[in-house]
Amino acid sequence: MKNKTIIELRDISKNFGEQQVLRGINLDIYENEFLTLLGPSGCGKTTILRIIAGFEEPSNGQVLFNGENIAKLPPYKREVNTVFQKYALFPFLNVRDNVAFGLKLKGLDDDIINQRVDKMLTMVGLKGYEKRDVTRLSGGQQQRVAIARALINEPKVLLLDEPLGALDAKLRKGMQIELKKIQKEVGITFVFVTHDQEEALSMSDTIVVINDGVIQQIGSPMDIYNEPEKRFVAEFIGESNIVEGNMIRDCLVKFDGIEWECVDKGFKPNEEIEAVLRPEDMDVVDADKAKLTGKIVSKVFMGVHYEYLVETKYRKYKVHTTESYDIGKKIGLTIDPYDIQVMHIS
Amino acid sequence: MKHFKGLAYPYVVWSFVLIALPLLLIVLYSVTRGDNSLITIHFTLDNFRKIGDPVYLDVFIKSFEIGLIVTGICLVLAYPMAYIISMFDDEVQGILILIVTIPMWINTLLRTYAWISLLSDNGLVSQLLGFFGIEVPEMMYTNFAVIIGLVCDLLPFMVIPIHTSLTKMDYSLVEAAKDLGANNLQTFKKVILKLSVPGIINGVTLVFLCSISSFVVPVLLGGRQYMLIGNLIENQFISIGNWNFGSAISMLLAIAILLIMSLMRRVDTEEKGAEE
Repeated sequence: MKNKTIIELRDISKNFGEQQVLRGINLDIYENEFLTLLGPSGCGKTTILRIIAGFEEPSNGQVLFNGENIAKLPPYKREVNTVFQKYALFPFLNVRDNVAFGLKLKGLDDDIINQRVDKMLTMVGLKGYEKRDVTRLSGGQQQRVAIARALINEPKVLLLDEPLGALDAKLRKGMQIELKKIQKEVGITFVFVTHDQEEALSMSDTIVVINDGVIQQIGSPMDIYNEPEKRFVAEFIGESNIVEGNMIRDCLVKFDGIEWECVDKGFKPNEEIEAVLRPEDMDVVDADKAKLTGKIVSKVFMGVHYEYLVETKYRKYKVHTTESYDIGKKIGLTIDPYDIQVMHIS
Repeated sequence: MKHFKGLAYPYVVWSFVLIALPLLLIVLYSVTRGDNSLITIHFTLDNFRKIGDPVYLDVFIKSFEIGLIVTGICLVLAYPMAYIISMFDDEVQGILILIVTIPMWINTLLRTYAWISLLSDNGLVSQLLGFFGIEVPEMMYTNFAVIIGLVCDLLPFMVIPIHTSLTKMDYSLVEAAKDLGANNLQTFKKVILKLSVPGIINGVTLVFLCSISSFVVPVLLGGRQYMLIGNLIENQFISIGNWNFGSAISMLLAIAILLIMSLMRRVDTEEKGAEE
């Protein structure tokens, strides 16, 4: 069951001059969830974040925060804080004073500030770094200071703008796990912007896939991966074979001249559809045991599995399996009903 | 690149003859007596002691006073100018900076003569104010005239470094401050001002040094009796012919300038690593 909504975007659009970067964005963000805005660069995801933070005013639409429209409220009056893409730490302040910045503005006592800075730095694993010069810290450490500096103000929502983009792959993985842990610990909503689908899948409670200023799909990582509703989502997230076909009736789809059992319902009789078949869901069997047969034309070792290209009568399929087969071998392909995802043509 | 090293030699000779040699001569003059011949050189520190004379000391003090006042006025005028300019689009900024620097294209003498015709007893300013019935005190040959002339001369040297530091500033730091709860005034005080400190230091150094060693403006707008360090040196070399004393004053001024520059540089680097 979902919590109470905290931020609602109502029909938000944004133009920069002639260019329309957001078109009719409607989005509910709930309390205590880890929500990721996922999309290619230039899709408008950062603009959504900046509108929530108050750095941009929407050209149209409402931003509701606990039911109140805050579209015109300046950033310093909002109960949200941001972790910036390049951290934006104040170079003239040390670690402690960077983290204490927000509390000092509130005019709290030094004792209280020190206590809370201490607590925050402990949480992000930077205890003992108080006096360090922020410009001399590593990327990962700067990142932690930026998170501590934002969280110390006890915002209702934390906004993160591609915060892991500048880190190397290994550090990134570590920070992903840690961010998720921190979110659980402080129990507030995180709105996270990324173009990295793996990052989005591994961290989020909810993923919002955006392309060209329009929301493509909202759902849990599992929903987004297993049941993409649009071609863009299927192609952007994970690898996929997308084939055109017809929906004969509920739970029966036809493509490549073959009728397949599936679990999708609610299509018009004979409606033209596209079906998404994930490479790892396609099973390789002996050629005489399958309706769909083909010949292996390429084989690449990917570490955990092999990636094969299988040439069939209608098209080439990408197939992932841990079994090794020789190039040129004739094989059969089967797909379980629940592994076929049928989409309306968008 | 090694092959072209030889091409630098003419330049080395050139800079030695035209820069280093005259400087060395000044050093030599400043520590010797006037009655030298090629064979006998009499070293002395009398020239430096002479500067301690209240008459000359006053000139130094007055120069530093004028320098501080001019620098202060320039800073107060230039900061808002630079700040406002930095808020426009890039193209407009280019034009505005051009306008600020246009006076620098005109010879200092001409600009100063323009001030004479503005400030003199029957000049434009007194006529204009007189037209409204405002009695204007004498303006020419006063501190006021010298200060106004120097401020106009040196203002661009304050505006440009401050403008540069403001435009180089990472704007996400301003957004971060607002995000953390700072209103516009707090953001300015706690972030923008701090980030423009290097520009302020450069501007202050430039304007202060140029104004304490200025020479044309005090002569023309302050009159013949108006003495700043630059005029004192000119006086010693050209009118009185005491090259040794003139050299000693030049040396002292050069040392003072070097000290100020190193001090400003230290403030600058400390500012970068400071905790508030």
